[in-house]
Amino acid sequence: MDAPTPARPLMDGWFTLDPAHPHLLGNRCTRCGTYYFPKLRTGYCRNPDCDGETFEEIELSNEGTLWSYTDAAYAPPPPYVAADPHVPFGIAAVQLEKERMVVLGQLATGTELRNLELGQPMKLVLEALEDGRLVWKWQPLEGAK
Amino acid sequence: MSAQHEIAILGAGMHPWGKWGRNFVEYGVHAARAALREASVPWRDIQFVSGGATMRNGYPGYVAGATFAQALGWQGAQVNTSYAACASGSQALAAARSKILSGECEVALVVGADTTPKGFLKPAPGERPDDPDWLRFRLGITNPTYFALYARRRMALYGDTQADFARVKVKNAAHGAENPNARYRKRFTEADVAASPVVADPLRLMDICATSDGGAALVVSSLDYARRHGHAAAPRVAAISTVTPTFASAQVEMPDIATDSAVACGPHGFRAALPRKAYEEAGIGPEDVSVAEVYDLSTALELDWIEDLQLCPRGEAAALTRSGATRIGGRLPVNPSGGLACFGEAVPAQALAQMCELSWQLRGMAGARQVKGARVGITANQGLFGHGSSVILKR
Repeated sequence: MDAPTPARPLMDGWFTLDPAHPHLLGNRCTRCGTYYFPKLRTGYCRNPDCDGETFEEIELSNEGTLWSYTDAAYAPPPPYVAADPHVPFGIAAVQLEKERMVVLGQLATGTELRNLELGQPMKLVLEALEDGRLVWKWQPLEGAK
Repeated sequence: MSAQHEIAILGAGMHPWGKWGRNFVEYGVHAARAALREASVPWRDIQFVSGGATMRNGYPGYVAGATFAQALGWQGAQVNTSYAACASGSQALAAARSKILSGECEVALVVGADTTPKGFLKPAPGERPDDPDWLRFRLGITNPTYFALYARRRMALYGDTQADFARVKVKNAAHGAENPNARYRKRFTEADVAASPVVADPLRLMDICATSDGGAALVVSSLDYARRHGHAAAPRVAAISTVTPTFASAQVEMPDIATDSAVACGPHGFRAALPRKAYEEAGIGPEDVSVAEVYDLSTALELDWIEDLQLCPRGEAAALTRSGATRIGGRLPVNPSGGLACFGEAVPAQALAQMCELSWQLRGMAGARQVKGARVGITANQGLFGHGSSVILKR
């Protein structure tokens, strides 16, 4: 048997592929310091007081605090590719302190909603969606609960 | 705002909300004719037709103003179509107000109508990772996801419970039971809500609004025209706020998967900015409000709106609801129409439906739903891509 093919990222250039320490890839205005995720691609900073037009690619903090959470009890519509039958999954909104922004993502498989508490530390992990495509997910920092 | 910046509402009309599955034009024309009848304005006298566009019904929906004008019978009026997601009706009204206040026309018809598919609202097909609306659905993030994230915040920050959310549904269902234009007219108990399945924890099916077919229309005019045509006491539009968010927008909003970064500019909330501008424009404050129609996409969002409208301090809307103040007969009725809980969302018609209800409330025509002595009403709604509105009517 061949080794299993590594899961293909859902999108290229959105996150690093280091399985131990993955990072979301954003960019940052070199003039005012505003971060963007997904990467700003228009070439013009969205800060109304900034006329910045140059951006550096950056790795976003891969730890943050839980801003809120929920789950998807019903299969989302396309373009989500749901398993049949649908397996409910959690969704988290995580506050990144340095970037002063909140980023959504699914919760890592096996995370129990009832154990979560707002403000608790979370970390970024890579995991496949139901259709096998690799994306970022959020997981409680002290391992999956 | 002084009276010279106000316009009059001469008539309101609706096509009942439902899942009728018919062409949206039919609902719009039905609503328009009802509004014209109530205003006693012949269709031929309308000088400007302002439509709210629908994105789900092909080209006729993109040019809804002209589509309705043709269906009512071309008579040479000026025409406009506005699209601003859930705020489309308010923008269509704003276009009519501008025409009237600039003297380009005296009397206008504002119409919105929609036919919606079943289930979750979903994006157009195709592979479009640069479209944030496509991207979030690809990740499994639906509209109820956002409503649930906000609801969970309320539970953690203010101690709200699922029973508090259920109470909003029970209250709105009781209001809608008396509304012939509502889609759902059944009364429910907190136990009924608790027995419905969880869609997006902590929200249940009965906490979340459906999508509907429907149509709503207003006939509006200059105050001078209103006086000359026996409508001197008609309700007036005192403010139309359609402001954008301010960077850095601090709450993750549909359809984004991240907020703005607030490192260079401080964080700003969006919802609360909408009524703030409306109060400023009308020259009144929340203490003057006698009735409100707010966008209860979820039960918990009604509580957020009550606070964003400054009708109570932040975090106290659940207690206000428990006290009965937001029921018809209470101190400050919210969603006397039954709200989205009883209507479901018909996007380009919904902001106008809110104004129809307030117009009837201010005229004392709301029957069993009448809020006694209603003098000032405010609406609030929010849609995708930084659109939202808040409109103040007064008499």
